[in-house]
Amino acid sequence: MSKVPPLGQTPSQTVGPFFAYGLSPRQYGYALESVAGSAMADESVVGERIRIEGQVLDGSGAPITDALIEIWQADADGAYSAADGVNARFSGFGRCSTGTDPAARFWFETIKPGVAAGEADRAAPCINVTVLMRGLLSHVFTRLYFGDEAEANARDEVLLSVPPERRATLIADLVEPGHYRFDIRMQGDDETVFFDL
Amino acid sequence: MTRVLRPRDWSSHPAYIDAGYRSTALRGPTKPLIPVKAALSSLAGPVFGHESLGPLDHDLTQNGRKDAEPLGERIIVTGRVLDEDGRPVPGALIEIWQANAAGRYIHKVDQHQAPLDPNFYGAGRCLSDADGRYRFLTIKPGAYPWGNHFNAWRPNHIHFSLFGHQFATRLVTQMYFPGDPLLMLDPIYQGVPETARERMVARFSIDETEEGYALGYVFDIVLRGAAETLFEAGR
Repeated sequence: MSKVPPLGQTPSQTVGPFFAYGLSPRQYGYALESVAGSAMADESVVGERIRIEGQVLDGSGAPITDALIEIWQADADGAYSAADGVNARFSGFGRCSTGTDPAARFWFETIKPGVAAGEADRAAPCINVTVLMRGLLSHVFTRLYFGDEAEANARDEVLLSVPPERRATLIADLVEPGHYRFDIRMQGDDETVFFDL
Repeated sequence: MTRVLRPRDWSSHPAYIDAGYRSTALRGPTKPLIPVKAALSSLAGPVFGHESLGPLDHDLTQNGRKDAEPLGERIIVTGRVLDEDGRPVPGALIEIWQANAAGRYIHKVDQHQAPLDPNFYGAGRCLSDADGRYRFLTIKPGAYPWGNHFNAWRPNHIHFSLFGHQFATRLVTQMYFPGDPLLMLDPIYQGVPETARERMVARFSIDETEEGYALGYVFDIVLRGAAETLFEAGR
């Protein structure tokens, strides 16, 4: 293992209740451009259009109205955007907070990610998810898999590393064509799997 | 040899459930985090360029100005984004948000009975340069009360959000000011292990202070760095 590095990591702190005018300003109607939002793919982007929505639920089952969800995904070919201009039209990064929807939902309009050719034998399409909120002192990482990809999910190395009885917490349900539901449960018997990433 | 990120150092970060910080009770996960293969932590993260930023995004003394200077004590907040080996992290997006000098946020849900400043918005962002350096101009934020417990007050602080080069280097933290007596009473600050807390406190710097203009504070931020791990054949 590696030796102890010379500098210690700067500690994490909660995002608090008042982040929206800085991190999701357009969504909340503030006069500042957002660096990213919910609408991730314009007409020029190749891929199957999908909508993802869900709630973030606390330990009592109540929807959380001040969570920030960030997603990071590959394009339809399984390639992540990069500094060298790959996928200049599709950044793959989205941000949505839960404070503007009457039902405290977050939502993303994006494309379904693909899997890189060399990884198809061990990876399913998935979206990386970061969850931040008041009351969460360190953010959590999870992953969204697709309910209509059962065959691919069955060979995904990360999903297989999760205890079988908890895997369902990572699967977004297909509720109608192109429309997925993904709820994030912070606690409880069906607490969403969070990764030590 | 494959370069992978060092893990999140849980002796530097707060626990998810903290008895002193009430909101953690129903929001912090209670099941153990699931370990992932080290290679996953090397996934490159989103890249942000200067096209994401407006010309005054780094200057909070100007970017909310309507017809006058914002009220309060002007300060300079600068520092470097580094990895654990002290290497600069260039091109990191740094977003900040804060209360105004009276301790009031512009956010609609902040109902603290302190005045808004029509000339202060309270959010900004910039990219670290080739040396990892960043610099904001702003107003020193005020302390404000919150509902966590009787007579609870947040210390003066500025919220920081950072993206490093990997998806997993994401960091959201808060910068505090040296000598603040509220630090010892604040459960959010105290939630961090004692040996790591002071990394969140900026230091006053006369060198960064500008004659006749503003006091300077230095806040260096350390993100997870790369460790070298030898993968055995066939693994």
